[in-house]
Amino acid sequence: MPDSKKNIISQLRKDILLLEGFKLPQTGNADIFGLGPVEAAFPNGVFPAGTIHEMICPTPEQAAATAGFMTGIITSLMKQGGVCLWIGTSRKLFPPSLMGFDVEPDRMIFVDLQREKDVLWATEEALKCEGLAAVIVELREISFAQSRRLQLAVENSKVTGFLLRNDPRKAGTTTCVARWQITPLPSKLEGELPGVGFPRWQVDLLKVRNGYPGSWKIEWAGGRFVAIEETIAVNELQERKAG
Amino acid sequence: MQKRFVSIWFRHLITDWLTLRRPELKVVPFVFITPVRGRVVITAANALAESHGITTGMAAADAKAIVPSLEVVDDMPGQAAKLLKALGEWCIRYTPSIAIDLPDGLMLDVSGCAHLWGGERAYLGTIIKVLRSKGYDARGAMADTAGTAWAVARFGRLKPIIEPGAQADALLALPPAALRLEPIILERLQKLGFYTVKSFIGMGRSVLRRRFGQDFLLRLDQALGNKDEPLELLQPVEPYQERLPCLEPIRTATGIEIAIKKLLETLCQRLQGEGKGLRMAVLKCYRVDGQLVEVNIGTNRASHHIGHLFKLFQLKIASIEPALGIELFVLEAPKVEDMDPEQEVLWLPAGCGLADLSLAELLDRLANKIGAGNIHRYLPQEHHWPERSIKIAPSLREKPTTTWRTDRPRPSLLLPRPERIEVTALIPDYPPMLFIYKNKVHQVKKADGPERIEREWWLEAGEHRDYYYVEDQDGSRYWLFRSGHYSGNQAGQWFIHGFFA
Repeated sequence: MPDSKKNIISQLRKDILLLEGFKLPQTGNADIFGLGPVEAAFPNGVFPAGTIHEMICPTPEQAAATAGFMTGIITSLMKQGGVCLWIGTSRKLFPPSLMGFDVEPDRMIFVDLQREKDVLWATEEALKCEGLAAVIVELREISFAQSRRLQLAVENSKVTGFLLRNDPRKAGTTTCVARWQITPLPSKLEGELPGVGFPRWQVDLLKVRNGYPGSWKIEWAGGRFVAIEETIAVNELQERKAG
Repeated sequence: MQKRFVSIWFRHLITDWLTLRRPELKVVPFVFITPVRGRVVITAANALAESHGITTGMAAADAKAIVPSLEVVDDMPGQAAKLLKALGEWCIRYTPSIAIDLPDGLMLDVSGCAHLWGGERAYLGTIIKVLRSKGYDARGAMADTAGTAWAVARFGRLKPIIEPGAQADALLALPPAALRLEPIILERLQKLGFYTVKSFIGMGRSVLRRRFGQDFLLRLDQALGNKDEPLELLQPVEPYQERLPCLEPIRTATGIEIAIKKLLETLCQRLQGEGKGLRMAVLKCYRVDGQLVEVNIGTNRASHHIGHLFKLFQLKIASIEPALGIELFVLEAPKVEDMDPEQEVLWLPAGCGLADLSLAELLDRLANKIGAGNIHRYLPQEHHWPERSIKIAPSLREKPTTTWRTDRPRPSLLLPRPERIEVTALIPDYPPMLFIYKNKVHQVKKADGPERIEREWWLEAGEHRDYYYVEDQDGSRYWLFRSGHYSGNQAGQWFIHGFFA
């Protein structure tokens, strides 16, 4: 009976996903991030909130673009009045810029530390706290075991974590659900208008557990994400089943 | 509650002390001296010397003439205060509230203490007897007010214990000096023939104020009990304090943990009953070797949650050095605030915002480990200058006083200080055509600006800035500015200040 076996397997898959922190799409709750085609790359077609994402940003330009993209995601996480924590050793983020992505800067709390060791400790404590909407961490290095600790913390509290990694060579294996790279793209203006247009990025999903890595062009316009074209290349060859 | 005070007067405080240290002086008349304006003056004389007619303030040469065998000792400034402090601390066994009454006395607030020694007479008798047996010539008196007790201890002849409410009668026969007045007022009273309190106590207040001033009336009121006289206590009584003496000295971390838990349980129960929460707590560990180890914690909002406070202390246990062992733990809460009782919520919102309890507890843990100065939250400030457009919020509850501005683009990343760049630009106010930053040439494809931001001249002097929002050939977006106007052959006045998303 191959049909019932298939049923069992798909049910088990769903259970595994649930255990790993992926929520099934709820009615009326789908697509709250407005990422459109990007969300289709994730299992069940839902952006996995309540998990840890890794963002690779080696240059300051990319770091700025990453901050923008991430703030756009956090906006929907903070809709219900949550608070966000930003942990790092050398923070350059300019709080008033968050207002451009509809996040009130006074609802972001910054923890500025001197030592990398303290960063990991503070991150773990923060990820355990259920009262937070998201935790953003600037990290130089993290080992697999350390990332596992963070993952365990998140599994209980359902807080969304973002690790900002500025050195791609040190990006080894981690337990993170997804690895992103955001690169700024030239903005487009209608006609021959002068000035600079809406921020536009090349969003690369380098790794995703149980999903399909890919690359998209996304613009932040009018307070929401706008996908520029349909998925350019969902790289079927790089598809990985188990992260 | 009925207040009762005891004043103790040490008639020969400093000479008694020296006699105790050098017993051979017991049978010798001796004085303390100090030079004053070229004269050597006596500052204290012992009982034997006083019986020969030697008083304080007399010149040492005159005293030598009266008693040729007089011993002379150099005065030790500050010794009296030190002695009184030690005596006061010793007296804490009789009452917890003790104040030093310079130059030669102690003031004890003994309200509600006397019955433990079997009545006021026995109580005062015990104190004076013990002090005398130690070698100090002490006199004491008890009354409803500190002023009357002071007066009776020094000038009273009949009985040392004044019944409640009888301070006016007790004062009548005493000289005006018993009211602790300034020497100049005493002199005036003397000249007017007021030799006892009786002679002026019945006069009108306005008359007395006109002649002797407001201080005079204040002293009189304090002695009679019409005005309160606050005491400056030697050891202020902490309102929220718990003690835990240990039978065996504690040396292990587990032991300290148990001690903290026990102390927190009793303290938090009390705080909870009174509807309060602590903002600051100090744990004092008294070690066997006489050392005192202190750790303190602070919280962002008032809390009487045992688990949370214990977690905060747990982070500090590593810094407690028990050495040979800790025999006494004292937990104090110097800062306590009213607490609103937590309401049960029917709908739990996804994120509860800045007022969330778990967030406050998380920030407490972080602040206690890494220091509260490393946790920042920003509020808008009404300045256009980018560096000054935000300020650090002092607390979590602080709300923005102005709105965040959204009318102008602001970069995601701001460099801590602007960095110099090489630029090719058309004058007078065109955006750059290209710029070199960190040895990389960026061709400017799109640009917005300029946005001129003036420096606030009332805060600092300097040039204004013309900001441009530019995009290069790769699509990276930057915030550049030119400092000041073009003038002559001035080069290198362009800076990069930030990166846009």
